Amino acid sequence: MAETKLKRLAAALRAFPARPGTQFMEVCGTHTVAIRRAGIHKLLPDGVKLVSGPGCPVCVSPDRLIDEAAALARQGVVITSFGDMLRVPGSRTSLDRERAAGADVRAVYSPLDALAVAAATGKETVFLAVGFETTAPAIAAAALKARERKIANFSLLTALRLVPPALKALISSNIELAGFLLPGHVSAIIGKPAYEFLAARGLPGVIAGFDPEAILTSLLLLLEMHEKGVRRIVNNYPGVVRDEGNERSRAVLAEVFAPADAEWRGLGVIPRSGLELRPAYAGLDARRRFRIVTEEAPPRRGCRCGDVLRGRIDPPACPLFNKACRPDSPVGPCMVSAEGSCSAWVLYE
Amino acid sequence: MCLAVPMKVVEINGDMGVVESAGLRREAGLMLLDRVKLGDWVIVHAGFAISKLTKKQARETLAIFAEMGGLG
Amino acid sequence: MNNKGRILLAHGGGGSRSTELTRGLFQRYLRDPLLLEMDDAARLPGQAFTTDSFVVRPLFFPGGDIGRLAVCGTVNDLAVMGAEPLYLSIGFIIEEGFPIADLERVLASIARACREAGVRIVCADTKVVERGKADGLFINTAGIGRPAFRRPVLAARVKPGDAVLISGPIGLHGIAVLTARGEFGLKSAMKSDVAPLWGLVRTCRGLDVPFMRDPTRGGLAQTLNELVQGRKFGVRIDEAVLPVPRSVAAVCDLLGLDPLQVANEGKVVMVVAAGDAEKALLLLHRHRLGRGARRIGEISRENRGRVVMATRAGSERIVMPPAGEILPRIC
Repeated sequence: MAETKLKRLAAALRAFPARPGTQFMEVCGTHTVAIRRAGIHKLLPDGVKLVSGPGCPVCVSPDRLIDEAAALARQGVVITSFGDMLRVPGSRTSLDRERAAGADVRAVYSPLDALAVAAATGKETVFLAVGFETTAPAIAAAALKARERKIANFSLLTALRLVPPALKALISSNIELAGFLLPGHVSAIIGKPAYEFLAARGLPGVIAGFDPEAILTSLLLLLEMHEKGVRRIVNNYPGVVRDEGNERSRAVLAEVFAPADAEWRGLGVIPRSGLELRPAYAGLDARRRFRIVTEEAPPRRGCRCGDVLRGRIDPPACPLFNKACRPDSPVGPCMVSAEGSCSAWVLYE
Repeated sequence: MCLAVPMKVVEINGDMGVVESAGLRREAGLMLLDRVKLGDWVIVHAGFAISKLTKKQARETLAIFAEMGGLG
Repeated sequence: MNNKGRILLAHGGGGSRSTELTRGLFQRYLRDPLLLEMDDAARLPGQAFTTDSFVVRPLFFPGGDIGRLAVCGTVNDLAVMGAEPLYLSIGFIIEEGFPIADLERVLASIARACREAGVRIVCADTKVVERGKADGLFINTAGIGRPAFRRPVLAARVKPGDAVLISGPIGLHGIAVLTARGEFGLKSAMKSDVAPLWGLVRTCRGLDVPFMRDPTRGGLAQTLNELVQGRKFGVRIDEAVLPVPRSVAAVCDLLGLDPLQVANEGKVVMVVAAGDAEKALLLLHRHRLGRGARRIGEISRENRGRVVMATRAGSERIVMPPAGEILPRIC
């Protein structure tokens, strides 16, 4: 039965003779939640630590994005967003507070649903385009649909980010990492070669699925590779991830978006780590379509989201953690996002 | 960062379709995948099929686990 | 514009924001000792008394409607106090323009639910408000019941070693209503579990049952946390035996929801003295509404004030109450 296999894997992980001070990073927020929901963080062998990476779109988006969306909402624009973003505090407000004050803010499951809102209301409708390589093709496809269906009142407030440039930036900073648990669904799009630079730098990586068994086997693989000095990228999610990725998705993405420098919370500006609309699609850019005025945001006092995102500190090392900053009254985005590492630390201790 | 679930393609209308899992249905865009057929299981993210599910086993994984004493 | 001083949907979500509102505002003014007990119903001498208001969109959903919900909600609040529901009051707030045919459907459903629950509606009120001042139809019910359990259903009697049971699969109501709303483009034929529970719980009236609660808003996570909050014991449940239907899991996986936080309207969580646990399961299984009953865990001396879940992977984690409005996460 599946459960005995799981427990066998768990026991193998717990007993793995690992070198002390071994630190792996799970890049993806969905992994963070899956690991903590299954309690896998408590099954790591002594001396091994998992740190959360920058793979939580809500967490890495600068405050300014929420400020811009709130400013648009106050202009009477319909704001559509993945539910993740609604409680995220900007510098002064959040979208759910704006909604309580009368703004039209709607949580949607798909950018297609945002397009449907635009078609149904006839009002200016902006979709908060956040996410990584998994989500960007979907948003690009919705942009193409908007054009095809001649829905002219639809636009995008973009804050899309790319994973490999962020990992490159991370490994060039001084953080000690022994390997990466790589994001399964991002990899389904970008494929295995996108991570070869890690192996070239002497770091193993395992592309992992999201059920407990997949995570346990992937961690065992990482440990084994680390132990034996094998520096490879292994695809441990082959039922979903083709080694070459999904070329069709990448083509749709590239039709609509081009790489651009982008700011990440905690990591600063990383060259070509974001996506911007190509000139042919500039009409869909909410920043061009509307005059968005936001005030300069005061820095968030005491919040160490940035250090958490870089894997520099564990959430409890932040002075606000679970005191001034809690899941029901978050100060920083790492606490508000269900996938944020701070929130996951509190919710699934 | 990217929640996605396996669902079965039960309707295709051009580049859009309907996907289903355990009685749950939803419209999904099919334009991000090549050659989607009725009955295919796909990974759905944010309303789009982004990958076809296959039975492919991780050969590398199995090999490494074999070395480790048959954990797979 | 000061948005910090406004009620958010999260305040009504049954999670910690709701608790904050209750403690921080309501209890500053409404301080009757019976109210401060924070039970599902007030224990009056020889009687239990409760009230509840119902807003649901859509008004009609697979497995029920706002009328059935309004009867069952109050009946169940009495039932989980170990009280036989006897009398209900009902109040309607109706929006101008509401179709009379729909109102009639709701009334017929209310009458059916009352027959099923064996309860009488003995006073009623109707108000009509201008169009736009209410969302179709709101209903309030209040109810009176008579304690009928041999030993009092009193959370103070809960002790380490007691068994924790759930009467059947979780998450059906919340997910059925969410999909019926067509929200997030989801369609399913899933039915709400909304049902009057007295017939089921009364089968255990001779046993030692120190605590019962219907895990509605905030789901099982909320109910179990309320049970242990500030107490000298914890509760430990086992993920492997939690009855989560595949249909519920499918929606939860898609939207990143936790089935433990999804609302139920026809389930009861029972804490039963260890010696009576097997008997209770047997009795529950014999009733139509309790066929899926399971023992999901026990009250523990360890982990005071906390809900701990043993996971399938052989580890454990803390189960927290929902933080507010339950929003899907995608990216």
